[in-house]
Amino acid sequence: MKKIEAIIKPFKLDDVKEALNEIGITGMTISEVKGYGRQKGHKEIYRGAEYVVDFIPKVKLEIIVDASKAPQVVEKIRESAYTGKIGDGKIFVLPVEEVVRVRTGERDKDAI
Amino acid sequence: MNSGDVAFMLIATALVMFMTPGLALFYGGLVRSKNVLGTMMQSFISLGLISVIWVVYGYSLSFGPDIGGFIGGLKYLGLNGVGLQPGPYSDTIPDLLFCAFQLMFAIITPALITGAFAERMKFSAYLLFTVLWATLVYFPVCHWVWGGGWLGDLGALDFAGGTVIHINSGAAALVAAIMIGKRKGYGREAFHPHNLPMTILGASILWFGWFGFNAGSALAAGETATLAFFTTQVATGVAALSWVVAEWIVQGKPTTLGAASGAVAGLVAITPAAGFVGPVAAMIIGLIAGALCYGAVLFKNKAGYDDALDVVGVHGVGGLWGALATGLFASKAFNPGGADGLFYGNAHQFVVQAIGAGAAIAYSIVVTFIVLKIIDMLVGLRVDREEEVQGLDLAQHSEIGYSL
Repeated sequence: MKKIEAIIKPFKLDDVKEALNEIGITGMTISEVKGYGRQKGHKEIYRGAEYVVDFIPKVKLEIIVDASKAPQVVEKIRESAYTGKIGDGKIFVLPVEEVVRVRTGERDKDAI
Repeated sequence: MNSGDVAFMLIATALVMFMTPGLALFYGGLVRSKNVLGTMMQSFISLGLISVIWVVYGYSLSFGPDIGGFIGGLKYLGLNGVGLQPGPYSDTIPDLLFCAFQLMFAIITPALITGAFAERMKFSAYLLFTVLWATLVYFPVCHWVWGGGWLGDLGALDFAGGTVIHINSGAAALVAAIMIGKRKGYGREAFHPHNLPMTILGASILWFGWFGFNAGSALAAGETATLAFFTTQVATGVAALSWVVAEWIVQGKPTTLGAASGAVAGLVAITPAAGFVGPVAAMIIGLIAGALCYGAVLFKNKAGYDDALDVVGVHGVGGLWGALATGLFASKAFNPGGADGLFYGNAHQFVVQAIGAGAAIAYSIVVTFIVLKIIDMLVGLRVDREEEVQGLDLAQHSEIGYSL
């Protein structure tokens, strides 16, 4: 099993969610996060004083899938989150040791 | 007695009262969320504190029988003899109504200064400051201009308090900002306004209340009140535009805070002139006020004193411009009871305006310095570092503004 973490632009969330629904991804967890990479921050001006705000809002998705499905999911996210501009985000794939469904106690593949 | 005037002045007085909560919202939105209550409280409590000292001795020191042109006598202690019949300041409204109208001015003036030392002053020190500053600075300067003192006798024109309120509080703000010192993290951390919609609402309430402030200063529901009402609207609108255009040119973006700040700058600048100038002059006053006060705020960022909410740049500079502009644009064609300014052939008026502004600045700076020194020795001006980091709301009041 793999965990896929994707940091994307907030306004792309709906597109990514729909794209993943199409390939049968049935669940995900998202959180609103802040960060910066090559895009750097943005400038804010209050009464003539300029501030550079480094951390800009992003959305982080977390999805657990069977290892065989991971490349397809990564590709779908990349397609649907793409704008071509700097700041589109990053995707991380991590190994997952165990998954347990709280209600039934099912494990691993059955629990996803 | 004139029932039309009485009705108008009751409403105008209530409008001016509403400016102080408006100011609380204006300032409250500009500070960080941990200081929102502490900041709003400083304005709000002035409604209580000044009301008390106004009745006890404030009105008497401001408007009592003149002593040497400098201060009023003690004849009206406890409002003794201030009754429901017309008094020395108006033939058509009760003396007590004039007293109530002037009370609202006395309330907002110390509250204006709170922007300079926002986010770091002790509440106890602020209460002492309000009492001492009102007593030693506001009441005398108010007397000079309106209570039969030397500036009024000299012929200085101050329709609704440009010198008494705005130059006075702006000069005090400069002293206070320097004496209390910069906020912790100044120059390293960004002090973002935490709620600009609240600030816009506050500015709008100030604008609305200012019609009572300026038109009401005519003390009668007549021609001069109408002129003051109209010039207030025009100057304020133009100043909001002017600030926004100036920052658009200089920094590339028009900001809502700029629009709100420009409006306040326009309100300040038209205050001394409102009942003495025509609508076109009001436009010019507003046009210059917006750009000039924006420039003053930019200058502050370079000069490096931490006037947190720009009391000096907006009220001091805007008030000074308004006082001088009154000496340029005043015209007897608009108000026969006023005077002609420099542009109408009376250079003397401009000189008088400059003397009035200069005297208020000098007096306010010196006495504010002394007042703050005394308070610093008594209780200390500033919260300690840990309290400043925690925020005034919890440290000084054991409350928080938002639990979301």
